[in-house]
Amino acid sequence: MRDLKRMVRRMKTNRAGLRLSMVPYSLWILLFVIAPIGLIVYYSFFDLSGNFTFDNYKNFFTSVYLKLTVSSFWYAFLITFFSLLISYPTAYFLTKLKHKQLWLLLIIIPSWINLLLKTYAFIGLMGLYGPVNALLETVGIGKQQILFTDFSFVFVSVYIFIPFMILPIFNALDKLNPALIDASRDLGANAWTTFRRVIWPLTLNGVKSGIQVVFIPALSLFMITRLIAGNKVITLGTAIEQQFLVTQNWGMGSTIAVFLILFMVVILLLTTANERGMAGSGKKR
Amino acid sequence: MKALVRGAVLIAATAAILIIINAQLAKSGAQSGGNTLTVYNWGEYIDPDLIKQFEKETGINVIYETFDSNEGMMGKIEQGGTSYDITVPSEYMVEMMREKDLLIPLDYDKIPNIKNIDPYFMDLPFDPNNTYSIPYFWGTLGIAYNPTLLEGQTFESWDNLWDPSLKQQVVTVDSAREVLGMSLNSLGYSLNSTNVDELREATDKLKTLSPNIKAVIGDEVTQMMMNNEAAVSLIWSGQAADMMSENEDITYVVPEEGSNLWFDNIVIPKTVKNIDGAYEFINFMLRPEVAAQNADYVGYSTPNKKALSLLDPEVVSDDRYYPDEKAREHLEVYKDLGLEMLGTYNELFLEFKMNMK
Repeated sequence: MRDLKRMVRRMKTNRAGLRLSMVPYSLWILLFVIAPIGLIVYYSFFDLSGNFTFDNYKNFFTSVYLKLTVSSFWYAFLITFFSLLISYPTAYFLTKLKHKQLWLLLIIIPSWINLLLKTYAFIGLMGLYGPVNALLETVGIGKQQILFTDFSFVFVSVYIFIPFMILPIFNALDKLNPALIDASRDLGANAWTTFRRVIWPLTLNGVKSGIQVVFIPALSLFMITRLIAGNKVITLGTAIEQQFLVTQNWGMGSTIAVFLILFMVVILLLTTANERGMAGSGKKR
Repeated sequence: MKALVRGAVLIAATAAILIIINAQLAKSGAQSGGNTLTVYNWGEYIDPDLIKQFEKETGINVIYETFDSNEGMMGKIEQGGTSYDITVPSEYMVEMMREKDLLIPLDYDKIPNIKNIDPYFMDLPFDPNNTYSIPYFWGTLGIAYNPTLLEGQTFESWDNLWDPSLKQQVVTVDSAREVLGMSLNSLGYSLNSTNVDELREATDKLKTLSPNIKAVIGDEVTQMMMNNEAAVSLIWSGQAADMMSENEDITYVVPEEGSNLWFDNIVIPKTVKNIDGAYEFINFMLRPEVAAQNADYVGYSTPNKKALSLLDPEVVSDDRYYPDEKAREHLEVYKDLGLEMLGTYNELFLEFKMNMK
């Protein structure tokens, strides 16, 4: 017992202790981040019969996969764009409410429900005989094919991602010092200028992390593409799933995954550039 | 103090009872542990009453687990750590598992009921002499459609699917060999084609089907057809039977150019622990009355010849479920084309899916 106390004390003061406390973290990173990525890269250099090859990479650039990448990016962009369009005003509105934490919680709660369940619910809602079409019919617009369209895919994805977009933006807006807005108005800026020159730059970090948590998973969505879009939308995630489960071509699946990881790194770099400067100015207020 | 003592006694007594119960449970667990049989089958692919009957007759405790794809099933068996005694792969998967040395040759001295199986379904190319497998159910791939949602369209030929009146009406399963195979058949080619030109032609023809495709999905097809959500679907006969039992408007047809004839087969995988139990189970399932009850429940066609006389004559004479030998001439069983070719099929199918808008 005394030893333990001494150890704790030493840990607090010693570099050795610091190093010791890094062990779980390093182990975690090594086993569950570096090793799997290493394995994916390793597998990507082998063909079906287990020979070392660069063919998978060549294949990626010559076949349907390039087209697939472009369409994945397009849909991820649409999803992120509409999520942001809805989330920013919502988050702004939320910060003005009296019980804002409660309202925020109400928006977050749906994200606790299993994704598959929510997706199946949308199949029922958007079906030809679902409530949405029943409403359209009574209004006089008539039945529409909603399910299995671009619209349904983007709509359901946006619905699923919105809480993840709202949360960081809400936090950024909430931390914003209201005195700054008052100052801006006092100095003669109108509402639009205040938003453009004060509020938006100061909450940009929240927007960026929102974009990260939406865009990156949206690139690799795969279940919704089948259930809601009827495979009319195909993302890189679908292709990876197919290569592993159906074709059993782990090499090609890994190669697509490697590209997906690279794309994600690029997006991370793009959305975190300047973050240090921004964070500094945020703290200064 | 008194309360404290009483509390302690109560806790001690409860603990003692729990220990006794636990010991008792462990004992019975060990007993059944020596005599359990783990069956790994497709979902909804056996009449649960039959499992109970088997348990009652033999005293063997059945653990029933399900899978939803051949590849997923093989993965679990290949990676080990499982103790499946029985599983039910499709024909091409029997071939693949045999090549990977995942199956145990069957000892027919222990399966006398094999005599009940129709010889027509024995000794097929995917498993010569039935060394490793016994057919469990069989069926076809065809078109299930709902005439009440269509304007007189019928489907004698696969080409009818391309009819301009079917805009946004057709649903297909999300499976490369089925969809591409359909296109190959419609062109008069074999659905086991490995000819690149034929596959190219089939893919190009498939692309022209795009305007008619409503969705390419999985098992949800059945539900959509039942709810009148879709009017036409490319689907397996068993799922069509499910649809028809819920929605009487639906009917099923195998177009004349030919189609796929498939088999799901009972095998004993390498992971077997209770081999005697496995043989007992296979022999049990091959009994005519058991096979008949099972076919009645599942809705697929049984290869058990003796069972046919026990089934509803209306079903057995229905050539949508039990095509006669002449109709079967146009049907082809999938061959394992190798992973390379499977990759090609899937890439072409992906090309078609990318082109659906």
